[in-house]
Amino acid sequence: MRSRLHPVIALAAGLALTACATAPETDDEAADERMPFASTYAPRPSSPTLIRGATVLDGAGAELANADVLMRDGRIVAVGANLSADGATVVDGSGRFVTPGIIDAHSHLGAYPSPGIQATSDGNEATQPNTAEVWVEHSVWPQDPGFQRAVAGGITTLHVLPGSANLFGGRGVTLRPVFGARTVQEMKFPDAPQSMKMACGENPARVYGGRNSSPATGMGNVAGYRQAFANAERYARRLRNAEEGNGDPPDRDLEMETLAGVLNGDILLQWHCYRADEMANAIEISHEFDFEIAAFHHAVEAYKITDLLVEEDICAAIWADWWGFKIEAYDGIRENIPFVHAGGGCAIVHSDSEVGIQRLNQEAAKALADGRRAGLEITRGEAWTWLSRNPARALRIDDEVGTLEAGRRADVVIWSADPLSSYAVAEQVYMDGALVYDRDQINDRPSDFELGQAYREGMQ
Amino acid sequence: MRVLSALLIAAALAAPAAAETVLIRDGRVVTNGAAGTIEGGDVLIVDGRVSAVGADIAAPRGARIVEANGRYVTPGAFAAMSEIGLSEISGSGAPNDADLDSDDISAAADASRAFNPQVTAVAVTRMEGVTHAAIAPSSTDTIFGGRGALVSMSGEPDSLLRGNAFMVVELGETGANRVGGSRAALWPAFEAALRDAREYPNRYRSGQGGAVLSELDAAALQPFARGQGLFLVHIESAADIRRLIRFKRDNPALRFAIHGGAEAWQVADDLARAQIPVIVDPLSNLPDRFERLSARLDNAALLDRAGVTVAIAPAPGTVDAHQARLVLQLAGNAVANGMEWDAAFAAVSRTPAEIFGVGTTLGRLERNYQADIVIWDGDPLQVTSAPDAVFIEGVEQPLVSRQTLLRDRYHPSRGQRQ
Repeated sequence: MRSRLHPVIALAAGLALTACATAPETDDEAADERMPFASTYAPRPSSPTLIRGATVLDGAGAELANADVLMRDGRIVAVGANLSADGATVVDGSGRFVTPGIIDAHSHLGAYPSPGIQATSDGNEATQPNTAEVWVEHSVWPQDPGFQRAVAGGITTLHVLPGSANLFGGRGVTLRPVFGARTVQEMKFPDAPQSMKMACGENPARVYGGRNSSPATGMGNVAGYRQAFANAERYARRLRNAEEGNGDPPDRDLEMETLAGVLNGDILLQWHCYRADEMANAIEISHEFDFEIAAFHHAVEAYKITDLLVEEDICAAIWADWWGFKIEAYDGIRENIPFVHAGGGCAIVHSDSEVGIQRLNQEAAKALADGRRAGLEITRGEAWTWLSRNPARALRIDDEVGTLEAGRRADVVIWSADPLSSYAVAEQVYMDGALVYDRDQINDRPSDFELGQAYREGMQ
Repeated sequence: MRVLSALLIAAALAAPAAAETVLIRDGRVVTNGAAGTIEGGDVLIVDGRVSAVGADIAAPRGARIVEANGRYVTPGAFAAMSEIGLSEISGSGAPNDADLDSDDISAAADASRAFNPQVTAVAVTRMEGVTHAAIAPSSTDTIFGGRGALVSMSGEPDSLLRGNAFMVVELGETGANRVGGSRAALWPAFEAALRDAREYPNRYRSGQGGAVLSELDAAALQPFARGQGLFLVHIESAADIRRLIRFKRDNPALRFAIHGGAEAWQVADDLARAQIPVIVDPLSNLPDRFERLSARLDNAALLDRAGVTVAIAPAPGTVDAHQARLVLQLAGNAVANGMEWDAAFAAVSRTPAEIFGVGTTLGRLERNYQADIVIWDGDPLQVTSAPDAVFIEGVEQPLVSRQTLLRDRYHPSRGQRQ
């Protein structure tokens, strides 16, 4: 890991700065100040549950045969053999597989919801190439039916990003797909950092070049990134100076707040980038302005620069096999994920799709099988790290979710069979220890939008 | 040595070996026919055709023996809808023959005149067990998508099987948008087009002209308007499907299949009675369009159970030029959601061949069928499986593509920088 030169300044995501002109706050006062749009997520009530005798892929890379998983008070208590139920509800896991809930590091659910019509197309503020000031959570519609479809596919956490029309698309947000959430705040993963979405390549150049404005080219893209970060450095410096008593803080600038948040490490950078050479340019920019890149997204050519990604500690969030739909996706190969993994990199299976998010396990299965056919030795347990631990790491929530280690949030999926296959289905999904999906009991969770439509049960 | 291997690879990509006599022995042979699945079955290939299927077939003199050792042996998969061969790259401003933006020609557009068997996607697709595809343009400016074609994945100059194989027509939301935004105009426009076509060439030569069609489009539509060709209708909603069923009742000579049909399960019995086949997407389960509000994962299973002829392909709007190989994953998901395995496999092999009128030569492992055969390293509907061998017309295909060359160039065992 490269060290950060900038001291961490009080520019936590969304922290109001307007009040700063008055007397400095004490730490307590700062803590009392509710951040705007803060999470109001509350775990559903749960009772202690023991899953007995399952094959466990623990998300940390291991596979345990005939193992028990104990959850209590919303947390994982233990994973191992012959755990004592101690009053917990016992669920028979024999013949079944248990994994951590899947974390999708790249979704647009809620921002491009179903139904997809002009009025709901809410994911790209494609009005100027730098819209670092927008937050995608302000576009997320909690009633998107896609959220509960994703839960049925084993998803317990997802990172929703703005689209890729802009060089700086705005802030992304980590969500829980909570059934019945009335507000996006009720879905926000507590204390998860926000991200900033950036985009390389064809999309920004096409969108803005098509309007005869900048960027119209790859070089225009890079100039746009660099100038924006140069401006943000000045803004961050003035903030820092003001904190140290030197001069007034700058006027609030929402765009600059996001960029400065990236510079100081409070906001994670999630960068849409397909080509190896463009990822390398992005890394150069991160050195020039001294910030970290959490992950490259899509990263169709990540396999060509695994060494660079490892050296820089940057994850790659990848489709299993998409290719050819654009020239920058021409070199897609099915072994991209396993090659990044084999090179010691942080490989992530992502969806970028309201359909794909429902079966990311199948995408991991393809990547695993293709990697093995290419001669790599990869276990099922390792493959599951692509679905939970590694995305948790890229979202900086890996101390809370992503594995079944004791103390982690009890996000657990019971699969009917080996989930690295086509036929396995999620039978039960637990979020913070609470059963939120059961294929036999509670599999029909219509959003408000779906209620009362002619086809629904009881309405025909 | 390097040059030589490069030449060999180039040769492998370009020119497969000639057809030979091959005996595939001891497979789990999915015939797609009356014999069902034969455990420990043999398949004899002679002159590009299946010569015999069964147990203990004697090897003719000089036959090459391929031991299947219990592996799945199946007909090649048939992508029931694809744009493969219509572009090398579909976006990026690259040439894309699937995307037609013209006021002058729509029904007359002919996919067979655009298909290029040498696009890299063909090798990518066949090495995953897909040997045939139905192709059509994805987008025109009218309700007619143009004339589709049936193609093989051999990559050979003769891999166009049939042009003029079907006529795509949009009779749902997309179609409505092309006639001013309303279904109220859609069916009248379709009926007027059929009249124009039936009255071709007289009304054009008399100077009257067509009500809605150009002369060129009327000529192309005529055989379909006379019941001599298949209309492939893009519709999703139960209401639109009911309209089509009524229309067919009033026009029994016309032939229809549905592509889409997300709400078809609601009218399954009517579809079975009307004998209208449906090509569905087993992943379509979101109310992402108002015409798909009741989309559900077990659509294919419910239709099959009701006796509807069901094939599987991506939904209209998601058909592409590069991922035809994923039809087997789609079929696997149909199985995961209640469809019988045999029906699901047929839905991506035999059934598309039947819908498009080539079911007597493609899609089964029976005597005299074309020898399009795949030997799999596992259950072909499992995402973890892949072909060990692919034969098209009896010719074993190289399992090499641009992607495998990239894979080998960047394989971790060879180091990153060489």
